[in-house]
Amino acid sequence: MSNEKHHIVPYRVYVFVLLGLIALTLLSIEITHIDLGSLTVAGAMVFAAVKSYLVLTWFMHLKYDKPYIVTMVIFVFAVFAVTIVVTFLDYLYR
Amino acid sequence: MEKTNHVVHDHYDAEGSKIGMWFFIFTELLLFGVLFVIYSVYRYMNSDAFHLAALELDTFIGAVNTIILLVSSMTIAMSTTALQKGNKPFTLLLSGITLLLGIVFLVNKYFEWGAKFDHGIYPGSAHLTETFSQGEILFFGLYFIMTGLHALHIIIGLVLISVTMWKINSGKVHAERAALLENSGLYWHLVDIIWIFLFPLFYLIT
Amino acid sequence: MNSTSIENVANYLKYKGKYKGLLGWIFSTDHKRIGLLYLYSMATMFSVGVLLGLAMKLELLAPGKTIMDAQSYNATFTVHGVIMIFMVVVPGLPAVFGNFLLPIMIGAKDVAFPKLNLLSWWLYVAGVFLVLAALLFGPGTPDTGWTFYAPYSFKTGTNMLPAVFGAFVLGFSSILTGLNFLVTIHRLRCPGLKWSKLPLFVWTLYGTAWIQLLATPVVGITLVLIALERLFGVGIFDPAMGGDPILYQHLFWIYSHPAVYIMILPAMGAISEIIPTFSQKHIFGYKALIASTMAIAFVGYLVWGHHMFTAGMSGTAQYYFSLLTFIVAIPSAIKVFNWISTMYKGSINLQTPFYWAASFIFVFLIGGLSGLVLGALAANIYVHDTAFVVAHFHYIVFGGTGFAFFAAIHYWFPKIFGRMYDKAWANTGWIVFFIGFLTLYSPMFYLGMMGMPRRYYDYLQEFHGGNILSTIGSWVLVTGFIIIIVNLVRSARIGPKAEMNPWNGKTLEWTVPSPPPLENFDEIPELGENDGPYNY
Repeated sequence: MSNEKHHIVPYRVYVFVLLGLIALTLLSIEITHIDLGSLTVAGAMVFAAVKSYLVLTWFMHLKYDKPYIVTMVIFVFAVFAVTIVVTFLDYLYR
Repeated sequence: MEKTNHVVHDHYDAEGSKIGMWFFIFTELLLFGVLFVIYSVYRYMNSDAFHLAALELDTFIGAVNTIILLVSSMTIAMSTTALQKGNKPFTLLLSGITLLLGIVFLVNKYFEWGAKFDHGIYPGSAHLTETFSQGEILFFGLYFIMTGLHALHIIIGLVLISVTMWKINSGKVHAERAALLENSGLYWHLVDIIWIFLFPLFYLIT
Repeated sequence: MNSTSIENVANYLKYKGKYKGLLGWIFSTDHKRIGLLYLYSMATMFSVGVLLGLAMKLELLAPGKTIMDAQSYNATFTVHGVIMIFMVVVPGLPAVFGNFLLPIMIGAKDVAFPKLNLLSWWLYVAGVFLVLAALLFGPGTPDTGWTFYAPYSFKTGTNMLPAVFGAFVLGFSSILTGLNFLVTIHRLRCPGLKWSKLPLFVWTLYGTAWIQLLATPVVGITLVLIALERLFGVGIFDPAMGGDPILYQHLFWIYSHPAVYIMILPAMGAISEIIPTFSQKHIFGYKALIASTMAIAFVGYLVWGHHMFTAGMSGTAQYYFSLLTFIVAIPSAIKVFNWISTMYKGSINLQTPFYWAASFIFVFLIGGLSGLVLGALAANIYVHDTAFVVAHFHYIVFGGTGFAFFAAIHYWFPKIFGRMYDKAWANTGWIVFFIGFLTLYSPMFYLGMMGMPRRYYDYLQEFHGGNILSTIGSWVLVTGFIIIIVNLVRSARIGPKAEMNPWNGKTLEWTVPSPPPLENFDEIPELGENDGPYNY
């Protein structure tokens, strides 16, 4: 079980990702100042989703991990999403 | 007589540790996931009250804390790179910065919570139950539970990073055996991701 | 492969490490010792649970107060439920047989994280003591039922906090075991043991571990919320402050329904090992059994609402949950079909484990089909919260998991202890237990359909006959249980030495000595192209 060679991520990649994350944070604050009605929250959540995608792929190295790990992560998020949908089958139609 | 040939086998499996950490992260995701389910149900039932209550929170402090956590996430990610390049002092510096930023986050949180307490807003307070509507009570209840649980995870993360730094310093964690640092990093990023969702849900729905 | 050198190595029962005696066990990171630690602690808790169950049946021998009043009865069924669910059937087969056999079955020396494994057991013990503390100290034994339904669970004056916290700690133990097994199965399979060659017991442990990982935190945080509600009055589930108690039920069952599959999947796995061994025939539909395991694990995660049909859910949600409940029955039926097909034209070897396995299929069928009665919306309204429900879930949880557990202990006993039990007594224990079981729970189906509600210490005169029969059944069942336990304990000490492979099994655990040496294998085995777990 010899160690596979690790992919060493250069520092500047992390700096770029951080800049992107901060930009998205500021943008999401800006966008909630505009009155989009019920879409405001949805907008903020889209930004949050993009940000967590960046964190997962780059900071958490999923980009360099084996496919089965990525599959499991997607699966868990899917299970969570389905759980919310099923719970709302009750609340939406009460 | 039985022989006591217990072999101390030095078993190191970086990928095994890593997926172990991922499985733990899945558990944590579902743990917070439940709170997000509760949040969304109650927000759906009391959307106006949630808007109103969110006005009480200071977006500026929330944004500052978000950026603090994002930067700390970057430094802990970088520290793995530094370790893999064999630069021990820089590794320690970067993870030290993460530690420091985590503490700053907690201090901010402390003052934020303290201000709420001074205004009589805390779970079960007479002020809260008498002057606020049901939706607002739920909002603040969730606010304290979710940010509180998140702060608890920050503290766990800080302990984990401290232990890792100790082991880096004593040479037990090095470029060839970086799993502990990588796992602490993964955990810290998880804490970050949760905050990425907490921030808009509590501060940005005004 | 089994050279004489391995005989010189001390087996895991005798080996002496850093500590001696009891300490050598409770601080051992050896997966086999931890498995036995679980076995002993669970057997203890199971006996306590059985005594409480006996007390309940004795109370129901006649209408009105027989041996206890209403409050004691409420406390008794609560504690019976908490012990049996959280301390016996949820850890159940994975903690005992999973720990003992998983590494051997996949050709590994131990689980991936042995220390974490020991920590799991310690957490289990801590959880047990926390719950026991709730019973013995404080203002009164919890009386909410094992479901801890809000708002009563934070309104009752009884000692809820330690009980809830104990359940939380037990959940944490369960998560760590699941995590450990997942990493073990992913990383430690021996060379040549592909996913498509894993024994079915390992596959069910894999599915179970995923449920443990994804469902247990849900109940963990929900119980924390109940505790916070009691301590600070946050209002999350308090209707007076805008909270929704039905949301509590949703969250509770998001865990507790999958928990049923945590209990039954490894049981199905054990049966899938036993049936081919005693039919001396390749398992029928290996891939179908794997697929049905994973299907049960996944679909089972999404059917929780069928516990709440009368709680006040929306009609849409009711239709959805009812439909999925019927769908989740299909993979279970596939399994039953495959077990029976495996026996077909096999050379059946009638031994105690086979009796248990066959009776498992019988009671599981009844339990499963009565589950469909409950899954149908209209029928559910009629029998909801009656003795019918009690009969149904005892047929599944006790008849399913319990029978499989006894099947498994009789199957792997010679491997675990290196000695064989007395087969005549084992068969006697089985038949007495089986008759007792049927006598105890079958009348409850009838009583429930006649309208006898569950969880009351009293009942109408018209239900008397059925209850007498049921109580007598409980005495027969306990007699059988005592015969089984005495026989096994006695045989573990003085039974005749067992061979390495007494049943002619084909999985890897039968290639190591009985009992296995400390690190299982002299050298890690390697599977060739044509080797497999069921190649007879």
